Amino acid sequence: MRQALARRGFDGVTLLLLPAVLFVIALFIYPFFYGLDLSFHPKTGGVGLANYIRFFSDPFLYDTIGKTLMLAVPVTLLNVAFSVPVALRVRLMAKPRLLTTILVIPITLGTVLVAEGMLNYFGPRGWLNRALLEFGLSDAPLHLIHNYWGVFLSLVITGFPFTFLLTLSYVTGIDPALERAGAMLGARAWERFKLIILPLLLPGLAITFCLSFVQAFSVFPSAVLLGAPAGVTRVISVAAYTAAFEEYDYPMASAIAMIMASVQIGIVAALLGAQSLLYRGPAGGGKG
Amino acid sequence: MIRTQTPLGRLWVWAVWLLVGFFIVNLLGLIATVVVNSFSTRWFTTWLPVGFTTRWYLSAWEEFQLPDILMATFEVVGAVVLLSGLLGVPAAYAMARRDFPGKRFVMLLFLLPMLVPPITFGIPLATVLYQAGLAGEVWGVILANLVPTVPFVILVMIPFIQQIDPRVEQAARVFGAGTLRMFTNVLVPLLLPGILAALLLVLVRTIAMFELTFLTAGPTSQTLVVALYYAVFAAGVRAGQSVDAMAVIYMITTLAWLLLALRFVNPTQIVTRAKR
Repeated sequence: MRQALARRGFDGVTLLLLPAVLFVIALFIYPFFYGLDLSFHPKTGGVGLANYIRFFSDPFLYDTIGKTLMLAVPVTLLNVAFSVPVALRVRLMAKPRLLTTILVIPITLGTVLVAEGMLNYFGPRGWLNRALLEFGLSDAPLHLIHNYWGVFLSLVITGFPFTFLLTLSYVTGIDPALERAGAMLGARAWERFKLIILPLLLPGLAITFCLSFVQAFSVFPSAVLLGAPAGVTRVISVAAYTAAFEEYDYPMASAIAMIMASVQIGIVAALLGAQSLLYRGPAGGGKG
Repeated sequence: MIRTQTPLGRLWVWAVWLLVGFFIVNLLGLIATVVVNSFSTRWFTTWLPVGFTTRWYLSAWEEFQLPDILMATFEVVGAVVLLSGLLGVPAAYAMARRDFPGKRFVMLLFLLPMLVPPITFGIPLATVLYQAGLAGEVWGVILANLVPTVPFVILVMIPFIQQIDPRVEQAARVFGAGTLRMFTNVLVPLLLPGILAALLLVLVRTIAMFELTFLTAGPTSQTLVVALYYAVFAAGVRAGQSVDAMAVIYMITTLAWLLLALRFVNPTQIVTRAKR
């Protein structure tokens, strides 16, 4: 019996997995199903879809999906679109370490600190507006905080470095010899990008887009601190938080969390489904 | 390397670097305003404050009860680092060395908590922890923070373990070492750089982990980042300089550990998880 199990790979060493697996099941999988179950038991009593019906019939609630998408989709597209050319240049640098270190700072400091910095820096008397007025680039201070653009900019500041570093790791995986071969055969820069690099990069870009989108879609602290959390930036996580910790309606909060998860999973699944249509071979050069 | 020759191509290269430069200037400006403001006496309509002072640090220290908050932060971060190492490293060893049916499924189980954003799984998790009476306590915060860090340690450690020659372990076995002995006397010393890197990254991530701590913390178990959120949220109640002084203390705590971590890891490792 023991030997039969060991042949299939189950022995004392495999058992070392058990604590970690049990931990993830207890604190990740179980809460998820608990929340799913709870969402069907509305606070008012009974069992059913009442929470979901309430969500999709109250514009104050269902609008949050649209508002979150209005932020997350453009920000993610912008971040990915800027990441690709920058990553392609940085790949050629001899010592990119200083640049990548600077870009890691906003990710490490987190959204709360970036929000506090933005309130100072982008505020009506902040350095940015002061510079714009001084150089005559603008007649009046730009309104960049406590509205849509505040949240948008904060998602760019923390999201761009994340997207860029992820893209960079995919770009550096492409063998430079392939591009040299293209150049030798007379392809110009744009043709090399379009015909060689982009097809090899697309699968990685799809994953980058997914991860960045999911991060942007769950924006929370900056939507409260830098946006208008009662208006244009009442994103879905704010609605879930309000339901849970201000109305103490945990079933409703769970329902919103489930809706949030399904939108994220839906978009990710659609993209990864499309990704399977793309080229998925080695990005290295050479034979074979 | 291919040189860009055409004028249009050169223009494009300049445009890309200009964009990066613009981003970094704004980023550094944003951080610098927080630091400058925390030392300023008054700062309204000029480029720089009227005068400089350090008294905001003293007032932030008292107003925000920073000793308590720092204590709670160290407790949470220390426990998370220790426990995620203890749970993660052995599991990573099993994942690296054994093939068994369902391994892909287990891998997916470890990938999910890192891919799903904290606020999405944090709300059901906080609900469960409140039911169990753990939320609001330090232990609830520690458990919540472990959810993404245990899989993170596993995924970072797998390639490190795969680099070690299995014959070293076989030799230890031949000389009669049990699994525990092999771990303490052979594997841990060999894996030390990897473990250090993984745990430092866990440390940096946990100090900055806002969402999970925010959802599960009570008044006695707030960490620095959550206290900073409340301070910014209630801006106007206290002087802005005092909030910024606290932000600088948070920044120093985080960046000091980041600089240490960067001695052992590549910056890209902070976003890209282990190679699959």
